[in-house]
Amino acid sequence: MEARYKILDIDLEGIEDIRRFREKLLSRPDKGSAGKTGTWRLYKPILYIDKCTRCGLCWLYCPDNVISWRQREIPEIDMEFCKGCGICGDVCPVDAIEMVLEGE
Amino acid sequence: MRLRWSWRGSDMDRRVLIGNIAISEAVKLARVDVISAYPITPQTIIVEKLAEMVDSGELNAKYIRVDSEHSALAAVYGASSGGSRVFTATSSHGLLYMYEMLWWVSNSRLPVVMAVVTRSIGPPWNIHTDHQDALTVRDSGWIIGFAENVEEAFDMTLQAYKISEDKRVLLPSIVALDGFILSHTAEPIDIPSQEDIDRWLPPREPLPFVMKPGEGFAVGNLGPDEVTMELRWYIWRAMERAKRVINEVDYEYKDITGRSYGGLTERYRVEDADYIVMGMGSWCGDIKEAIDMLRDEGYRVGLLRIRYIRPLPIQDIIKYGSRSKAVLVIDRAVSMGYGGVLAGEVASILRGRTPVKGVVAGLGGVDMRSEDFIDIIKRFIEEYELDLDINWLNTYWIMKDGGRG
Repeated sequence: MEARYKILDIDLEGIEDIRRFREKLLSRPDKGSAGKTGTWRLYKPILYIDKCTRCGLCWLYCPDNVISWRQREIPEIDMEFCKGCGICGDVCPVDAIEMVLEGE
Repeated sequence: MRLRWSWRGSDMDRRVLIGNIAISEAVKLARVDVISAYPITPQTIIVEKLAEMVDSGELNAKYIRVDSEHSALAAVYGASSGGSRVFTATSSHGLLYMYEMLWWVSNSRLPVVMAVVTRSIGPPWNIHTDHQDALTVRDSGWIIGFAENVEEAFDMTLQAYKISEDKRVLLPSIVALDGFILSHTAEPIDIPSQEDIDRWLPPREPLPFVMKPGEGFAVGNLGPDEVTMELRWYIWRAMERAKRVINEVDYEYKDITGRSYGGLTERYRVEDADYIVMGMGSWCGDIKEAIDMLRDEGYRVGLLRIRYIRPLPIQDIIKYGSRSKAVLVIDRAVSMGYGGVLAGEVASILRGRTPVKGVVAGLGGVDMRSEDFIDIIKRFIEEYELDLDINWLNTYWIMKDGGRG
């Protein structure tokens, strides 16, 4: 990254500063507002479709809201934001989700 | 005693008030919306008086009772995020207990105003003044001013709202006044009318942001490291602009009250001075007296009273410091392992220009009189004239006997 050396070119009214300050200080709920959190993952969830009963428990328990599921459908896991916490695998009543070390 | 008079058509109400009551009168005139505080000597009277005002309906504000100073500042932080004009006050250990919240307030740039009635930090337990508590928060991004007398503490509080809420600044302010010496000592003070203050200090604008029900956002969420540095950069710029705003506000305040102090610093007999004394707070009154007496004896000395230590009046310190032969800084706080807090700042600015000597005195409220200052200043001048090779920052402790045997 290129370092930028800022000199004291103070905008005397400060309006522009306040606008930028507010933009950077405040955050609104949004998909990926904290970056691609999927890169934090150590273990990734593997879903075995043949075992899945489509109960939706994994969808209900996922703390990061990365599992999408509609009734009588197979759930889908968004691997861009899944942090690999393993809760889905833990709550799955039929062991259809297995946590596997990344890269294996 | 009450006396009404008029300054250029403005109505003034002359009353004899102690510093704490004067502050609460200023807060009332500023029409604050929310007050939250926890009692601590010697500050308590400020918020006691405000509680009475809220109770009697004299002041239309919400008074939040809390379990600690940390909660008090957290409460006003929340209220200020909601767009209210807020006030809190504390001293010594209470300020230290607030320390974490101080940074939340300043890093969110909320225009909170707080009175800090300075008091020594224990142990040993001591309720008397020194500036150690207020200077502990020096680097937090709050504007910090020190009052010399009761009237100035009143003025500084009113001005603090105007300065903090200015959109060029938007930073919180601390008004520091010496415990007991100002907080519990009655002095005559001219209070401007509510109408004049209303005209001069309009209601707070919804800046830098206002939280409203139904509008979801988070303040200061986790983000990339560069965001932290960028936000600090805006605070730095705001602090630089504050120097100008403080001078402006102090000047325009004269229109209502006829009172003006000189902005970031007050210059007392410095124009032709060979030696400059620098200091902060109530004892500057005694230093002025000492300077008058020394002038009568033929010593050419002057006082540069630092009214605001943050933002630091670097320009004034250079201007008056570098045209003098040597500078003496009298501190009521010490940075262990270095020297007086203000002395350290002044020495770093005047490095290579003027020798600086620091004196640490009056810690824990040890009484310093004008005769003491005469001795200190005379000794400083003699030492300088005898030996030109003064180190950049010499620190001396002024010790007095007394107390436990």
